[in-house]
Amino acid sequence: MTERMTGAQALVRALEHVGVDTVFGIPGGAILPAYDPLYDSTKVRHVLVRHEQGAGHAAEGYAQATGKVGVCMATSGPGATNLVTPIADAYMDSVPIVAITGQVASGAIGTDAFQEADISGITMPITKHNFLVTDPLDIPRTIVEAFHIASTGRPGPVLVDISKDALQADTTFSWPPVMHLPGYRPVTRPHSKQIREAAKLIAESRRPVLYVGGGVHKAGASAELIRLAELTNIPVVTTLMARGTFPDSHPQHMGMPGMHGSVSAVGALQQADLLIGLGVRFDDRVTGQLSTFAPYAKIVHADIDPAEISKNRHADVPIVGDCKEVIADLIATVEASDRQGDYTDWWTLLNGYKQTYPLGYDEFEDGSLAPQYVMQRLSAIAGPDAYYVAGVGQHQMWAAQFIGYENPGTFINSGGLGTMGFAVPAAMGAKMGRPDATVWAIDGDGCFQMTNQELATCALEGVPIKIAVINNGNLGMVRQWQTLFYEQRYSNTDLQTARRIPDFVKLAEAYGCVGLRCERPEDVDATIMKAMEITDVPVVVDFVVHQDAMVWPMVAAGTSNDDIKIARDMAPTWESEDE
Amino acid sequence: MSRHTLSVLVENRPGVLARVSSLFSRRGFNIDSLAVGPTEHDDISRMTIVVSVEKLPLEQVTKQLNKLVNVLKIVELDSAQSVQRELMLIKVKADADSRSHVLELVQLFRARCVDVASDAVTIEVTGTPDKLEAFVKVLEPFGIKELVQSGMVAIGRGARSITDRSLRALDRTA
Repeated sequence: MTERMTGAQALVRALEHVGVDTVFGIPGGAILPAYDPLYDSTKVRHVLVRHEQGAGHAAEGYAQATGKVGVCMATSGPGATNLVTPIADAYMDSVPIVAITGQVASGAIGTDAFQEADISGITMPITKHNFLVTDPLDIPRTIVEAFHIASTGRPGPVLVDISKDALQADTTFSWPPVMHLPGYRPVTRPHSKQIREAAKLIAESRRPVLYVGGGVHKAGASAELIRLAELTNIPVVTTLMARGTFPDSHPQHMGMPGMHGSVSAVGALQQADLLIGLGVRFDDRVTGQLSTFAPYAKIVHADIDPAEISKNRHADVPIVGDCKEVIADLIATVEASDRQGDYTDWWTLLNGYKQTYPLGYDEFEDGSLAPQYVMQRLSAIAGPDAYYVAGVGQHQMWAAQFIGYENPGTFINSGGLGTMGFAVPAAMGAKMGRPDATVWAIDGDGCFQMTNQELATCALEGVPIKIAVINNGNLGMVRQWQTLFYEQRYSNTDLQTARRIPDFVKLAEAYGCVGLRCERPEDVDATIMKAMEITDVPVVVDFVVHQDAMVWPMVAAGTSNDDIKIARDMAPTWESEDE
Repeated sequence: MSRHTLSVLVENRPGVLARVSSLFSRRGFNIDSLAVGPTEHDDISRMTIVVSVEKLPLEQVTKQLNKLVNVLKIVELDSAQSVQRELMLIKVKADADSRSHVLELVQLFRARCVDVASDAVTIEVTGTPDKLEAFVKVLEPFGIKELVQSGMVAIGRGARSITDRSLRALDRTA
């Protein structure tokens, strides 16, 4: 199939051919030629956002809720640089997105032309790969390559920067183009010798833990994980990026590890003699002080990215491969073996942790609202089939701790980069990808004020998300650190939202959304129910919570997981020094 | 820290050098020397990168390099199993009195005199970093006016070629 058309038409046609149904973006000078054929496309719906950062996070939310590649589009210069934060976010959390940016005409590149920014240079360290296209003939092939790179291997963001003259010029469109990526060969098939080695360690170990990260859900291997866990009777911890990949209600689930992990999960890692890391990267927020992390454990580390293996912690058994294949092979090898580990004592110890140190929180005597209670009620009322999309800070940690996740991918948040303002646009993207699902954004009053302009997009485009603003009037997580480590000197963390500047209910109404407010525990259920009943417009609920609520447990930054505190100056005991 | 020589085959495209060099700096590695040029295949360029790192970080940087989409292959060349050369051009003060002394040293080091002026000569010399260092040392007393040196290039000894398989990969996708 060969046709004459402009580069811009070729771009839109290529997007249609690779299956794009939604693009989030804002037009501008250099990308304008692309918006003309986009106007005619019946297959690609363009969602006009209010800020390019919103377009990027929406593409991330869409990608994470659907497993497909999310697409965002912006013009050159400031349009492109506004995408930098979501691109970096997608890079850290391995989210497959393709960002398409207009660039000044090729002859003007390098002259500091109006709205020129070297966006391929700028995004080099934060993209899986990027392209600068100046020849219209290269557009279809580049789009196919970009989608292939973004979605295969370890997923990630790819940027395609196209000069305005390439979009305007006449060219020949032929489909399908042939990819030319001789240096791109992700390994998905694990080495059988390493699998046998891992199975041997599993059988020999007395205190194994399945340390599960975001890579397992990305590989679509949640069902395999449950099978492997049940087959071997090994306890499971799910990182922030893996919440829901293994059901919270499962008796083998020990909770989330890390800086704000549960005692049972952190204790399991610290006392383990074998960690089976699946799609994890031994991030500092999980390991705490690296030299004292899981000191007794041998490490099996499976990941599709070879560079993650032994990056932070030496792997005794490195396995490069797709987690779905790795886990399936492990199941087959364990089933074929007659050796089964005996973990009776281990379970006694871990169940003891679970019973002695459950997640909890203090109610406030003045009758004000505890944020953790809001999460528990949201979880109970919206249920495990809803998607929960968090911003970054205390509310994110409470959402990770106090909402029960039963399904993979139902908790979407900014883990690696920790991008405040992620929730509203990402929830919008998730809802567009999953229009039948209930999508709750859980945001802080600080985060919400960074990206709430996308409420306009949601209201106008008919994207009825629900937003729980956990309003403590402060940059809560920073305030928590000031409470603990800076002698309660609250430098620049008081947002004074208590003065109703802004008034979130009025703000919601100004954006064509429904605004609700809840300030007392006894009103929480009724407010959430009311929000659940509204399905035609977005709803913002201003949950005014006590400013002194803190996230516990906590492993202070740079300290050992062994020094986890369940509340201020309260540490658990591992009670396992029998070995 | 020990010195390692990496031969990196890359696609011959604009911007690849920037991708490779910026990766080193953002992962916290210093490049001692870098040379890049064409190979026997038009579509492939070859970089020779010398870095001083411990073994573990070297493994990490190699893995990170391998993730670059335009990188085709990375081989570490052991100094005993490869030929490693640098090129240096040196402008040395040499008048009628000292010129013959300088030219004698040029002979001894199997260097070449490539330009002569009334009070200076320009010398071309190739060799290992050790040899070049020794050569500079003996010339210093005469007065070195200017010196320029290339990065190291290296090739493995024996009949095997590191480009063969990359070429096949390139052909498959072409």
